Amino acid sequence: MEVFLQQLINGITLGSIYGLIAIGYTMVFGIIGMVNFAHGDVFMVSAFIALIAFLILTTWLGITSIALALFIVLIVAMLFTSLVNWVIERLAYRPLRGSFRLAPLISAIGMSIFLSNFVQVAQGPRNKSTPPMVQGEFVIFTQNDYAVTLSYKQLIIWCVTAVLLLAFWYLVAKTRLGRAQRACEQDQKMAALVGVDVDRTISMTFVIAAALAAVAGTMYLMYYGVVSFSDGFVPGVKAFTAAVLGGIGSLPGAVIGGILIGLIETMWSAYFSIDYKDVAAFSVLAITLIFLPQGLFGRPDVEKV
Amino acid sequence: MADGAPNQRVDMARALRDAGFTALLAFALFLPLIGFQTVTNIRNDLILTTRWPLLFAIVAVVGAGRLAFSLVFEPWLKQRTLRPVAAAPAGWRAVFAKWFTPFAIGFVIVYPPLVIALNGFGGAVKWIDNFGIQILIYVMLGWGLNIVVGLAGLLDLGYVAFYAVGAYSYALLAKTFGLAFWVLLPLAGILSSFWGILLGFPVLRLRGDYLAIVTLAFGEIIRIVIINWVDLTNGYAGISGIPRPTLFGIPFNADDNGFAAVFGLEFSPLYRVIFLYYVILALALLTAFVTVRLRRLPVGRAWEALREDEIACRSLGINTTNTKLTAFAMGAMFAGFAGSFFATRQGFISPESFTFLESATILSIVVLGGMGSQIGVAIAAIAMIGGTEIMRELDFLKQIFGPTFDPTQYRMLLFGFAMVLIMIWRPRGLIATREPSVFLKERKSISADRINEGHG
Repeated sequence: MEVFLQQLINGITLGSIYGLIAIGYTMVFGIIGMVNFAHGDVFMVSAFIALIAFLILTTWLGITSIALALFIVLIVAMLFTSLVNWVIERLAYRPLRGSFRLAPLISAIGMSIFLSNFVQVAQGPRNKSTPPMVQGEFVIFTQNDYAVTLSYKQLIIWCVTAVLLLAFWYLVAKTRLGRAQRACEQDQKMAALVGVDVDRTISMTFVIAAALAAVAGTMYLMYYGVVSFSDGFVPGVKAFTAAVLGGIGSLPGAVIGGILIGLIETMWSAYFSIDYKDVAAFSVLAITLIFLPQGLFGRPDVEKV
Repeated sequence: MADGAPNQRVDMARALRDAGFTALLAFALFLPLIGFQTVTNIRNDLILTTRWPLLFAIVAVVGAGRLAFSLVFEPWLKQRTLRPVAAAPAGWRAVFAKWFTPFAIGFVIVYPPLVIALNGFGGAVKWIDNFGIQILIYVMLGWGLNIVVGLAGLLDLGYVAFYAVGAYSYALLAKTFGLAFWVLLPLAGILSSFWGILLGFPVLRLRGDYLAIVTLAFGEIIRIVIINWVDLTNGYAGISGIPRPTLFGIPFNADDNGFAAVFGLEFSPLYRVIFLYYVILALALLTAFVTVRLRRLPVGRAWEALREDEIACRSLGINTTNTKLTAFAMGAMFAGFAGSFFATRQGFISPESFTFLESATILSIVVLGGMGSQIGVAIAAIAMIGGTEIMRELDFLKQIFGPTFDPTQYRMLLFGFAMVLIMIWRPRGLIATREPSVFLKERKSISADRINEGHG
């Protein structure tokens, strides 16, 4: 029971990170029907930007308030990562829009290889570890000498994720940009006819996706305290799994899918085998696509001849 | 001329503005990751160092590149589209198409003697091993995957799993039972194709990107199992001491019954390399030959029909389940051959060799070559693998950039960048025209834009 509760807390934390990345996959897939393979690496790049920003703030500028530093790091990482993804979309995906179906996928795989190797060359292949940023924890209860704890960093991740999801929901549901986005998702030609700037909307989709990935990247760095150039691939595939599980194209689905994947992974590690935790996540992906291709909240894909 | 001059000046202003904007963008883009570097100091703390000269050099290069693009490349592009297309001399093209394949096959057959003649015995190993064998392995894998992706239209991102199955089957069976390479080669192919069918079954209903992601997941699952099933596969440490191939039982070593001694030659490791070169060449040509013949059989035609339109296929009574599974099985079989060759060539295998990056490389070779085109796949393999291998040879760059400069670490960086560039330049691949396998009266090649419209 106490192990289960602890894993529940850990799983929701991990799942929040996956959910934030998964939104990026689901939004881009919804609007241009492409699996943005480089998204996991954009997440990794954002973690590096956050790491560098954190080091500048604490070691150079001597900011001692961790809360302030984290807040600035989050903003900086979101800004720079958005810029990175905006440029990627302009360079690697926009020229291929309306082209042969596989071309953007290959371009995205190339971009993914490029990004991870760029970081490897620019920052070195070793793991980068920071001193723990946030320490301390609440002890929820103790049973049989096993303390179920909720650490401050987990609490921060929960709160930041919740606040950002609310802001994001407001953006999509209530603003002009969100309306344009939903219109493009339904029918790009028709949206263009009624005056929506499709290119700009798609660019903004990539920017928002990257900003959310940057939040995930910053939280990941704070939670694990270590990041390396190859950290984009596996979280990327798991977040994609989350998007598929929730029903690709569905925004609440992505978040719930993320939390489910996080829970499956932590429970599997606790009760079965930690070596095979990635196998569990990948199997969920395969099983979902085979038996429930539209996911939990997705619309069934009707094929017309 | 009179109205051309002001136009030119306006263009100049616009070009400068664009270049300035691009440079600014590059500055912001590279500021965090190039401007600062995280290094670990002596006390194992992470500290920051700055690299302003490098950052400004990159920004300057990007800005100048943008300027050159709008001043030189764009006008040239515009002029080219305005100029009427000169009709290509049809006769020359036909002669080229007719003689290219025999010439290419002839060249690869005489390649080892040629290299030995040019570089001598010592210098030839590198050219035959790193370039010849390495490229041919990828040509073979590309042709194998071409059956699945190019002919049947099933996007497979986990192809390396079958390569791994082939390699591990050979390594384990050869080490445990002491069987010879030539006995195990077909066995490895059969085992791989068995896995192809096994993994093909559950994903029959999927298509496109979804199929790609699930095959990726399967590929990763197989790799994780290989890593963690230490009793069988020795995990990360890999399997070493895999038996080398023999020529009808004659080993390639310095013993008295070795190849050199039997034929009265002086011992040299080159003989084994040359032998391996011809083995992989034969295997690759076999793959190409089988593919060409299969395209004429009903099953090959069914694959191509499936690629064009699955629903039409089903309504015409083609069994899509069997068609897809045979494509998976055939593709996997050739990957299994290539895998067991890889194991015997290296003498050592570990899960490191079968990462997702390999699958992505093979798939990109197939797509960059132009899906379905055998020659295109071969050219793409030479360009991508040969290109990255050449990066190892660029020692003269050390004299320009200083002794710490290591060109090999930029291999994959440029590889990824090249993938993006080639996709933008030719989204349909290098050889985008398609030779139809079945035709009425006259063979016509179908150009890329017509394929886009659904012809071919």
